[in-house]
Amino acid sequence: MIRGVIERINGSLVIAQFEAEPKIGDLVEVGNLGLMGEIVRLSGERAAIQCYEVTSGIKPGEPVLDTGRPLAAELGPGLMGTILDGVERSELKLWEIAGPFITRGVRIAPLDREKKWYFEPKVEVGAKVVGGDIIGVVQETEYFQHRILVPPGMEGKVTEIYEGEFTVEEPVGKLKTPEGEEELKMMQVWPVRVPRPYKERLPLVSPLLTGQRVIDTFFPVAKGGAAAIPGGFGTGKTVMLQQISKWADADIIVLIGCGERGNEMADVVTHFPELTDPRTGRKLIERTVIVANVSNMPISAREASIYLGVTLAEYYRDQGYDVAVMADSTSRWAEALRDLSGRLEEIPAERGFPAYLADRIAGIYERAGRVVTLGSERRIGSVTIIGAVSPPGGDFSEPVTTHTLRFIGTFWALDTELAFRRHFPAINWLRSFSRYIDVASRWWSQYDAAWAAMRARALELLEEASEIEETARIIGEKALPDEQRLILLIAEMIREGFLVQNAFHEVDTYCEAEKQVKLLKAILRFYDSVEPLVRKGIPIERVREMRVITEIMRLKERRGVEAIERVMGLITEQARALAEEYGVI
Amino acid sequence: MSLKEAGLIYKTAREIRGPLIFVEGVRDVAYDEVVKVITPDGEEVLGSVLDVSKDYALIQVYGETSGMDLNVGVHFTGETMKIPVSDELIGRVFSGSFEPLDGMPRPLSTDERDIHGGVINPAARAVPSEFIQTGISAIDGMNSLVRGQKLPIFSESGLPHNQLAAQIARQATIPGREEEFAIVFAAMGIKHEEAEFFRREFERTGALSRSVMILNLADDPPIERLITPRIAQTVAEYLAFDLGMHILVILTDMTNYAEALRSISIAREEIPTRKGYPGYLYSDLATIYERAGRIKGKKGSITLMPILTMPGGDITHPVPDLTGYITEGQLILQRDLFLRGIYPPMNVLPSLSRLMKDGIGEGRTRKDHADVSNQLYMAYAEGTRARGLVRIVGVVGLSERERRYLEFADRFEREFVNQGYYENRTIEQTLDIAWNLLAMLPEDDLIRIREEYIKEFHPKYRRAG
Repeated sequence: MIRGVIERINGSLVIAQFEAEPKIGDLVEVGNLGLMGEIVRLSGERAAIQCYEVTSGIKPGEPVLDTGRPLAAELGPGLMGTILDGVERSELKLWEIAGPFITRGVRIAPLDREKKWYFEPKVEVGAKVVGGDIIGVVQETEYFQHRILVPPGMEGKVTEIYEGEFTVEEPVGKLKTPEGEEELKMMQVWPVRVPRPYKERLPLVSPLLTGQRVIDTFFPVAKGGAAAIPGGFGTGKTVMLQQISKWADADIIVLIGCGERGNEMADVVTHFPELTDPRTGRKLIERTVIVANVSNMPISAREASIYLGVTLAEYYRDQGYDVAVMADSTSRWAEALRDLSGRLEEIPAERGFPAYLADRIAGIYERAGRVVTLGSERRIGSVTIIGAVSPPGGDFSEPVTTHTLRFIGTFWALDTELAFRRHFPAINWLRSFSRYIDVASRWWSQYDAAWAAMRARALELLEEASEIEETARIIGEKALPDEQRLILLIAEMIREGFLVQNAFHEVDTYCEAEKQVKLLKAILRFYDSVEPLVRKGIPIERVREMRVITEIMRLKERRGVEAIERVMGLITEQARALAEEYGVI
Repeated sequence: MSLKEAGLIYKTAREIRGPLIFVEGVRDVAYDEVVKVITPDGEEVLGSVLDVSKDYALIQVYGETSGMDLNVGVHFTGETMKIPVSDELIGRVFSGSFEPLDGMPRPLSTDERDIHGGVINPAARAVPSEFIQTGISAIDGMNSLVRGQKLPIFSESGLPHNQLAAQIARQATIPGREEEFAIVFAAMGIKHEEAEFFRREFERTGALSRSVMILNLADDPPIERLITPRIAQTVAEYLAFDLGMHILVILTDMTNYAEALRSISIAREEIPTRKGYPGYLYSDLATIYERAGRIKGKKGSITLMPILTMPGGDITHPVPDLTGYITEGQLILQRDLFLRGIYPPMNVLPSLSRLMKDGIGEGRTRKDHADVSNQLYMAYAEGTRARGLVRIVGVVGLSERERRYLEFADRFEREFVNQGYYENRTIEQTLDIAWNLLAMLPEDDLIRIREEYIKEFHPKYRRAG
């Protein structure tokens, strides 16, 4: 612990003179209130401190104290279902202690020190263990089994192991290591800016299913992959991330609200406990950790919140789980970087952002991956990272969006025009992409061997339609040949009957994989049935009048897949009737 | 007794640059501390500390610095900026820095609140979900407002945003309850006549007796605008969360606020981002807007309606853009609708209320509300697309379907959006107008409405039934 004195205060930046040289990245207590801060720049014994709390009322001459530790996350049972701030304080506890307004200088241990957890050992005395090995389990929530691991870097022979109720700090066993005897505890501490180690990176093999048709069918993200979702305000980033958080087939969700709205976090906290996971039947909140650093909290803590979220995700990954991280929004995080960089008087690169912006963005997305975890038995876990980007003015050429694009595999481009007509999710099918199609194709072929071909065909039709629309904008739709007008009709059916998905409709909010395939198949079947008729001269107006069109477009609201089978029959029937009427069989 | 209590006045100003004063040789000064700058002719001007070191302080001054010289006196008060709060604030009119403008004495109270307020703990927030009926179809039907929401009006100079805000203030009510809103009104750099319009409106409807007005007008010191909205929110927080009142806060015009922030930033030679605005504009605006909301276990609420004019009607301008990222939606007024005589000239397509879903539906408004709104959006978007087409191919070039949607868009603007300044429609009336318009379209086109709602609410079946 090195002491020092404050020399200058400029917003969240505090300059202090220490008695001895501190380390960069050390956590510091600032001023008489003991505000939390981190050393970001060092010049001998003089240090620049980024303060995580509001510095109003702090004076030069007040003390600072270097704790000698970096900003680190406490990892262990007790985080599931909670809501944390950017430096891992439980906001529920803060509320209890300090009332509804956040108070400065309040210290709360992230993990409850009083609460006892039932620890069930999974190793026996005499066993040799290494970092990453499971020594026991705690049933943290009804749904979630917390696996207690030997911390990375530790190894030895188990000399004692207990079963029963313990707090996170009490020893649950002892380990004889080369350095001597060490206690095994349920809690570990890990610096948030350092990626947790693993044994080996693996290729990605399956898509993260979200139940959202435009994502799963057209632009999937793989488990262990990274995706970005940029869009202007009102294009539905937050609802999209919430939908994925609700329905994704990950074991654990880490939802990071970084510089966003307080009411949105309240919405998650209020509604998630009411929602059930369609796969397990458990409450969604039981598998969700929320990090909420809202927009009017100090900007510096925003910067830390993303690292905290990703570190939590890696910790659950190391237990062998598939974890999905939602970061909303990475632009606010980048602004925090910019703010600090400006206060440090660094020379800016583009739009005031520091030159190292791209490296920092890469550093975050590279923490995604599917890995073999540490430990003597082979265990696989993954972290998928999905980041929202809020480009100023909806302009995708700004630095955060362009740099993000370099490091992700799936890009969901949100479109203002679509949002205006309440086409949600407003993901533009022409501008979005996914680099995980091969992975997805292999997985989807269990439902339909022709999945990849169907997907490609639907995208082709959509693209063709957009070209035809360009022409229609000049000469009017009426002047187009009927074949082209049919393509416009099909594109409309794909848009309304497949791409548009109502997050607030009890059935439509989640679409299971089998239904997605069949739905797309039905629309393409319709095209294949009527296309020859139009070519043979049956007017498009007559095709448009076919009753089955509405039936197809309403299929998404019907539960299950039986209705689709029935409509398939109707398509053939009505197409035949039309053909007979015109004598063109 | 410390030097401060003795009223120590520094005469060590070394530089005055725009709204900033640089003072040397200071001791025991806190960051963000309130400062009184005393001009040679004895006038006192408020300021606060922006940057402080062992022997100097940088002060931002909320009044005029023109006419000051390096002989100004600087007194550090030892306090951050606070205002006295009590129920006696209700019905009063203050300046942008909380000096009485109504001829009554300064408010006194032992209860003083920091104007920067605290941050509402996200875990303590209650989700806003009570539908506010404003009596305006374009809002109630398509962009419903709920108690505790922050919903700005994006406008342009010359458009009737003041009338719209006044109409909302006059008509806003929770259906089935007779609670009225108290209004906290803050003006930043608006004209005298605009402020007078609001005062008269509030007086006429009796709202003045339950309002607090805080006015920084066009000829008041621009930098004072940095504290005006914060004072307003502090008053609102007290009334809402201490006294349990339901408060509607109107802040106008936030563009003037942002310009004041920009001028400080430029004077400090900070690195600008877009259009000269500082990189922290988003975070700064958030510290004002995010104070709206509801708190679990507290009766009151703060509903916030900032008004801002978009320079050149440009919605990508940093002020509306960053506002839209913080607020829970936006109501957009547009000149071409205004020129066609539509009041309120609200373009519903880019308008949005994010909290609508929690405030509407069965038990709140009506079960078909969400679907109807969704369908109106789709049909109106289709109609405006057809309208664009007409300019190129003429009406004759349109297909029958396109012509129908074109007519829909016209009628939608004239019958649904357009209404009187004193016309107060119930939500049922609004939805009925919507259904009458939707009845123009083939039933098969109503794809966004659940079939059972069509059967229940479509005029065709209603008449039959």
